[in-house]
Amino acid sequence: MELTELESSLREQAIRTSLMAGKPKLYYFNGRGRMESVRWLLAAAGIEFVEEFLETREQYEKLLQDGALLFQQVPMVEIDGMKMVQTRAILGYIAAKHNLYGKNLKERALIDMYVEGTRDLMDLIRVHHKFSSEEQEKNLALINERATARYFPVYEKVLKDHGTEFLVGNQLTWADVQLIEAILMVEEKVSTILSKFPLLQDFKTRMCNIPTIKKFLQPGSQRKPPPDESYVVTANRVFNRK
Amino acid sequence: MESVRWLLAAAGVEFEEELLETREQYEKLLQDGALMFQQVPMVEIDGMKLVQTRAILNYIAATHNLCGRDLKERALIDMYVEGTTDLMQLILMFPFLSAEDKEKQHALIVQKATNRYFPAYEKVLRDHGQDYLVGNQFSWADIHLFEAILMVEEKKCDVLSEFPQLQMFKARISNMPRIKKFLEPGSQRKPIPDDKYVETVRRVLQMYYNVKASV
Repeated sequence: MELTELESSLREQAIRTSLMAGKPKLYYFNGRGRMESVRWLLAAAGIEFVEEFLETREQYEKLLQDGALLFQQVPMVEIDGMKMVQTRAILGYIAAKHNLYGKNLKERALIDMYVEGTRDLMDLIRVHHKFSSEEQEKNLALINERATARYFPVYEKVLKDHGTEFLVGNQLTWADVQLIEAILMVEEKVSTILSKFPLLQDFKTRMCNIPTIKKFLQPGSQRKPPPDESYVVTANRVFNRK
Repeated sequence: MESVRWLLAAAGVEFEEELLETREQYEKLLQDGALMFQQVPMVEIDGMKLVQTRAILNYIAATHNLCGRDLKERALIDMYVEGTTDLMQLILMFPFLSAEDKEKQHALIVQKATNRYFPAYEKVLRDHGQDYLVGNQFSWADIHLFEAILMVEEKKCDVLSEFPQLQMFKARISNMPRIKKFLEPGSQRKPIPDDKYVETVRRVLQMYYNVKASV
């Protein structure tokens, strides 16, 4: 029996939908913000995901009314039958599920320390666009100082001390993915930030060559650009901020 | 550090403390390379010098069976703990604020507790009708919520008046032997921060001189 064009296309759609049902679904703005680390980790793990972008106040209110946001906040990720919120919880779950959280509790503790450090550094950059130009100058100096005097020396030393390719346990973990994300974010603000960190330069090259990460860094991927005016306007509108 | 003290106490783990009182003590820790990101809290445990509160708490919870039985329970525990952390964060900075900002912050703490966080945990308990937040057994999420409740009650003593499940939860947790012991005078539980505490922190860390209320 021949399928008509319509039947064929409906069947294709059904297959696509059922394949998509297994994919994590990310609810957030069409921009980096707090969700970008989740995109990075899923991408690095080779996990396909879909996104629903918040553009209107009504979308957000519907999520609230549906009880989909445990603390009324995004990011929210539908994954494995759960509506997960809180970025760290989401990242921890993905890392554990995909073997990116170390082999034992001590490795896990190291990973936790390292990701908390990179998180603190990335938080300085995440809010940068919200400041006035005068405050942005100060913040830039702070980012530079923290990166070069507090955070990057630690990771440079870790790589130096055990001479392996990855931060923890000689295999790719969440700590490596978050560090490469942080390095690229800081470089967007201070392009020479790695000039005194030769091992981090090597690390950056290696990480960017990992096939899943290489793919994520190419145009057309789900990686988001740095925040611009329209991102700020959308977020303010959705959250009823002045 | 108080969440660490609570978790160790709840797990029945004895611990010692070196209390920072002078700038020199802090500088010595820095020079010795004991503080990975130049910050405290730091906990020496099992041969490691752990920093970053979440990393410390995660390790203690995992090594004492307070992290749930599987990945999904762990995910729930992590979500709940992150929520209580956000609430406690509002209170953490409170002692460092100006009198005017304290008023604003006080209102914010009560508003977030009663409109955002407590309703979420009330619903969790009501929906499954069990004694503990996750998996019908005591976990890190319970002790963290208990600590948060006590902290908010110090700001508004009747804050649980519309949350009957949380009132029963609080009573149950208070009666657990290790918790009861930690709540008694003479334990390592620390009192509510006062001006002396603020002065010491500022002097030792040379930070937190200009803290503003949360938006």
